[in-house]
Amino acid sequence: MKIYKNIFLFCFILSLNIQSYEGVRNEIIFSKKPPLKLSEYGFFKNMNSQLPSKGVLPYTLESQLFSDYADKLRFIYIPENKFAKNVPDRVFDFPDGTALIKTFAYLNQHSSSNLPSQLLETRLLIKKNGEWSNVSYIWNKDQDEAFLSIAGKTIPTKFINNNGELKDVRYRVPNINQCKECHQINKTITPIGPKARNLNVDYAYGDETMNQLEKWHKLGWIDSEYPIKSMVDWADQNANLDDRARSYLDINCGHCHIEGGSADTSGLYLDFNESRKINLGFFKKPIATGRASNNLKYSIVPGNPEESILLYRMQSLDPGIMMPESGRALEHSEAIQLVSKWIKNL
Amino acid sequence: MTRFQKQSRFFLLLFISFYSFSETIIITPSEDPYTEIQEALILASPGDIIRISEGLYQLEDSLSIDIDGLILEGEGMNKTILSFKNQLSGAQGLSVTSNGVTLRDFAVEDAKGDAIKVKGVNNINFIRIRTEWTNGPDELNGAYGLYPVESKNVLIDSCVAIGASDAGIYVGQSENIIVKNSRAEFNVAGIEIENSYYADVYNNHAENNTGGILVFDLPDIPQQGGHHVRVFRNKSINNNTDNFAPEGNIVGEVPRGTGIIIQANSHVEIFDNDIGGNDTINIAVVTYGYDTDDKNYYPHPRNIQIHNNRFTKSGLNPDLETGELAKILYELSGGNMPDIFWDGIVPVKQIIFGQPDKEKMVLSQNGDATFLTINPIKFMLPFFDPVERDDIDYKGAINPLPPVVLNENL
Repeated sequence: MKIYKNIFLFCFILSLNIQSYEGVRNEIIFSKKPPLKLSEYGFFKNMNSQLPSKGVLPYTLESQLFSDYADKLRFIYIPENKFAKNVPDRVFDFPDGTALIKTFAYLNQHSSSNLPSQLLETRLLIKKNGEWSNVSYIWNKDQDEAFLSIAGKTIPTKFINNNGELKDVRYRVPNINQCKECHQINKTITPIGPKARNLNVDYAYGDETMNQLEKWHKLGWIDSEYPIKSMVDWADQNANLDDRARSYLDINCGHCHIEGGSADTSGLYLDFNESRKINLGFFKKPIATGRASNNLKYSIVPGNPEESILLYRMQSLDPGIMMPESGRALEHSEAIQLVSKWIKNL
Repeated sequence: MTRFQKQSRFFLLLFISFYSFSETIIITPSEDPYTEIQEALILASPGDIIRISEGLYQLEDSLSIDIDGLILEGEGMNKTILSFKNQLSGAQGLSVTSNGVTLRDFAVEDAKGDAIKVKGVNNINFIRIRTEWTNGPDELNGAYGLYPVESKNVLIDSCVAIGASDAGIYVGQSENIIVKNSRAEFNVAGIEIENSYYADVYNNHAENNTGGILVFDLPDIPQQGGHHVRVFRNKSINNNTDNFAPEGNIVGEVPRGTGIIIQANSHVEIFDNDIGGNDTINIAVVTYGYDTDDKNYYPHPRNIQIHNNRFTKSGLNPDLETGELAKILYELSGGNMPDIFWDGIVPVKQIIFGQPDKEKMVLSQNGDATFLTINPIKFMLPFFDPVERDDIDYKGAINPLPPVVLNENL
């Protein structure tokens, strides 16, 4: 009997060890194969509440990618005493061992909401040996663990939008290949969001509110360079219209519509700094658009949003027409209004 | 040799063969074919074969391959059918982004966007693949059937492409290309080579498209200046389907009843083809028809050789409603449409000083094919008939272009 008791005790202790990790486990970050469970990285003190471990810092982006109105909880982990180099207008050159952690959720926080919050998936970009790799985890029903995803998953669900309305959505967790579609420049995987120009904004950390770049500098992660021109929050009605539209197009389209990106075949480039009018789509004829042209002649007809293919493709929900090609199943009506207004005023 | 040595040798051999032979993963119809196929495509190792057994597979999301050297095969283009009729997400049926992939013996039907898109790879083989929109010509069909782009060493062999609202077989911004033994029917463009270098298009059959075979070059995209394209031993006949391309697309300008069009490009050799029964024109050689500020772009066709083709009657029912080409030609020719047309447009300098010899079009041994071109000087002056039908100025020796050799190490 004593033997059984010992085995039981051993298993119990083992299970305790598996359940709770003290902080981030670098050996998991650097392991060759990703673990089957998200908790194994130790990024979170509490999985369900997404309370980050020591050394894992939440962050936000000034202009954000639309993902069917999903809320996003972003975190960054940089190993101790490591430094990220600023690359103008590009993502920081992060050190090996960096993890970018992004949880997609419907938090359903509207005051009239009677839906609980729902964690959908957590995507990781991890840098080792100078290269990024991407992996994603899908949350379980109990919302206390997320499991490795390979072929992605369709999650039909409901959420409460900012106006308190109940909406249906066929939320798609992308597969590994689809992640790469957007995260690749010249065949190299790269993050999209954390560029200095898109981080230059205050964040309410528990103990203080501070500009994110200052905070990162204070932590010794980056030096004190600042971007010449920062993006703006596309939803900020007080910001300049051109900056708002260009910030939106950059973060939602510019990762593929850039030289070396997945959509470079089209010659339509929507990066924040693109200045060539024809490449921005002004009176640009489509190349391989097919029926997505909607019988229109140009990507953008300045002054005339109804005649602009770009806007038409933002409005569509048909997989053969809609842009972006993946990651969206709903109309982003606020952005359609913004881009429409922008084109009208060009 | 001791028994032990023999045995260890045997095991060594077994060991080697185990690791050097690729695995074959077999997929059969199931409840959730998308997840099963896509997981196999992601978990495979380079060189593996994924075989999809005979059957109809209904897929709601697009499939993708990103592993080098993978072979995805079915059991026949009419037996293994990947149907995207109920597709809910993804812009293609299947997309490929890795090198050295072979696709063979299956069909992709009714994709919401393009059927098979291959981007930025070295060495892609399409063998006995069928892409089809099963409802026939319709502007709501996807744009391209077989669609390699920005790729090198492209082989398309014994494929079938039907019903694309742009091009059935479309090779864009690529280099080192062979398209052979294939059939393109009921597309707007049957086979299109666009902004590409070194392409051989031969032994193909293009029938019932709006235009049979197109060799195009367009401005404002990363690769341009298409050159070295050989189109030979093809049949481009009876391409009389009304143009059903959505407006805005360049192929929307192609008139119903076009055999072959060359637009811009240099070094194109068209020979030993059977071309006929096309309602508007058998071969048209034209300049890009729009203004562009692209400084790197050359809009005029140069060094075009057309020889030893067999023509049967065409131009009997020209499409005067689509684009400008047929309309202008019909007016100029007084309804007597030629087999071969060149718009005669050259840069201003060449209007005055003439075209350099090495850029001139050469016509030779085309039976009793009729020819028409426009003299740009006479065109600009009043009281002159700008139409020239004599091809005497274009007779000359043929300088054959070299054959394309596919080379993975390019």
